[in-house]
Amino acid sequence: MNSDNDKKLGPPLWLLAELTYDCPLHCPYCSNPTDLGDFSDELTTEQWCKVLTEARAMGAVQLGFSGGEPLLRKDLDQLVKHGRDLGFYTNLITSGIGLTEKRIAKLKQAGLDHIQISFQGADPEINDAIAGRGKAFEQKFKMAKSVKAQGYPMVLNFVLSKQNIDQIEAVMELSCQLKADYVELATAQYYGWAYTNRDHLLPSQEQLVEAERQVNQFRDRQQGKGPQFIFVTPDYYETRPKACMNGWASTFLTIAPDGSALPCHSAKMLPLKFPNVKDKSVNDIWLQDFSFNRFRGDSWMPQPCQSCDEKEKDFGGCRCQAFMMTGDMDKTDPVCSKSPDHHLITKAIAQALNPQGKIVQRVNQRKIVEADIARIKL
Amino acid sequence: MSNQTDIPHFNPMFRLQWEQAQDCYVLLFPEGMVKLNGAAGEIMKLVNGKNSIEKITELLLKQFPDGQGINDDVNEFLIVAAEKKWLYYEQ
Repeated sequence: MNSDNDKKLGPPLWLLAELTYDCPLHCPYCSNPTDLGDFSDELTTEQWCKVLTEARAMGAVQLGFSGGEPLLRKDLDQLVKHGRDLGFYTNLITSGIGLTEKRIAKLKQAGLDHIQISFQGADPEINDAIAGRGKAFEQKFKMAKSVKAQGYPMVLNFVLSKQNIDQIEAVMELSCQLKADYVELATAQYYGWAYTNRDHLLPSQEQLVEAERQVNQFRDRQQGKGPQFIFVTPDYYETRPKACMNGWASTFLTIAPDGSALPCHSAKMLPLKFPNVKDKSVNDIWLQDFSFNRFRGDSWMPQPCQSCDEKEKDFGGCRCQAFMMTGDMDKTDPVCSKSPDHHLITKAIAQALNPQGKIVQRVNQRKIVEADIARIKL
Repeated sequence: MSNQTDIPHFNPMFRLQWEQAQDCYVLLFPEGMVKLNGAAGEIMKLVNGKNSIEKITELLLKQFPDGQGINDDVNEFLIVAAEKKWLYYEQ
C-alpha cells in the first residue's frame, strides 16, 4: 500500500466474473479486448467456485456473471448456486441470446437474484444490425417479458451510439412496456472494439443534448412511476474525468475468463503484470499484488492531478484511457480540461463528425479457430 | 405521519441481509448495496407484510426497553424507506 493512502482498504465489494469472452453477438461497441484469445484457458468450475468462496470471505457482496455471454457456460447454474449459497447478490449480465423460459426458471431455482439484458436498439431493424445477428431483438423482447413474469428485478441496458441515440424516446417506451425496474441509457465507453470504432460510435454534442432533453422530459411525465432511467453521457464531453471504478482497486475486482485478476475489465491492456487466480488467492491479490497497489492512493499522480483539489473526487480518471490516448498510463486522464493532453479528446470529437473507413463488427475468435480446424480436416 | 395501523410490505426487489464485513444490515438490489444503521436494520427486519407500524414499534420497545422516542424514529424511517421504495403499502 502506498504510504500516503491512510484510508483503510476495504474488501472488493463488487466481483465481476467474466466467465467467457465467447459471444453470439458482434456488437461494434463491445468493450472486450480485441484480442480475445482462443478460449482454451478458461477457468474450470472448481476454479471459479474457489474464487467466489475466497472473495466472499473477504466481504465481497455483489457478484456479476458477465462475459462475453455468460449463458454459454454450461456450469452457470452451478456457479450461481454456489455464489448465492455464499450470500452473494447474484447478477446475470446477458445479451438474452441463449435464454429460454425454462433456463430463467432454473436459474431462479439456483438462486439468481437479478437479470440484466442488453439491447442494441428499440426495434428489430436497428437492434439486429448493431448486434450483427438476425432475430436478436425478438429473442431479447420475449426473454425480458419472461424475466419479469418470473418475478426477477430486471435492468435493461441500452448502449447508445450515433446509430441509435435518436431512438431514445422509443427506447424509453419499450422499457416501460417491458416493465424494467432500472434502465441504463449508456453511451458506449470507448475501450476494446469500441475504441477501434470510436469515430463511428461517438454521438455529436447536439445528439447528446437532444437525448438528454428527451430523457428529462420523459422522467417528468413518469411522476415517480415505471422504470428508473439512468442516463450515462460519454466522458469525452465532460471537463473532469470519471471516478473510474470508484478508484483503482478500491471496490471492483474483475476476474477475466483465463483467471487474470484485474482492477477493471479493461486493465489488461496496461503494461502491468496482473496476477492470476490460478496461482494466488484472492486475498493475496487484493491486499498485496504490485499491480493492484500501483494506482492506489495519490503518490503515483502526476501534475496537474497531484496539486489538484479534486483528486479525491476523480482519482485522476481512467488509467486505461490515459494509456490508450497518450501511451503513458501514469498521465492525467485526457478528458480533464486541465490535462496537457486534452486536445486529444477535442480532436477525437472532431474526427467523429467525419469518420473514415468502415465500422468493424466484433469478431468471434472461436469461430475462426473452428474454421481453421475444419479446413485442416478437409 | 402515517396511520399507525398501516402495514408496510417489504419490496421483493430488495434483499435484507446481515453483512459481517460491514458489521451492519444491508439492502441489496441490482448492482447495489445500501448500508443500514443499527435502528434501521432492526426496523426493516420487522417489515414483513404482517406487522403494522404500531406492532413494529411495540416489538422494538420489547427488544430495547430503554428506547426513548422510538415511535418517532420508526415513523421517520418508514417514510424515508417508502420514498426509496424499500417497502410499500397496499392501496
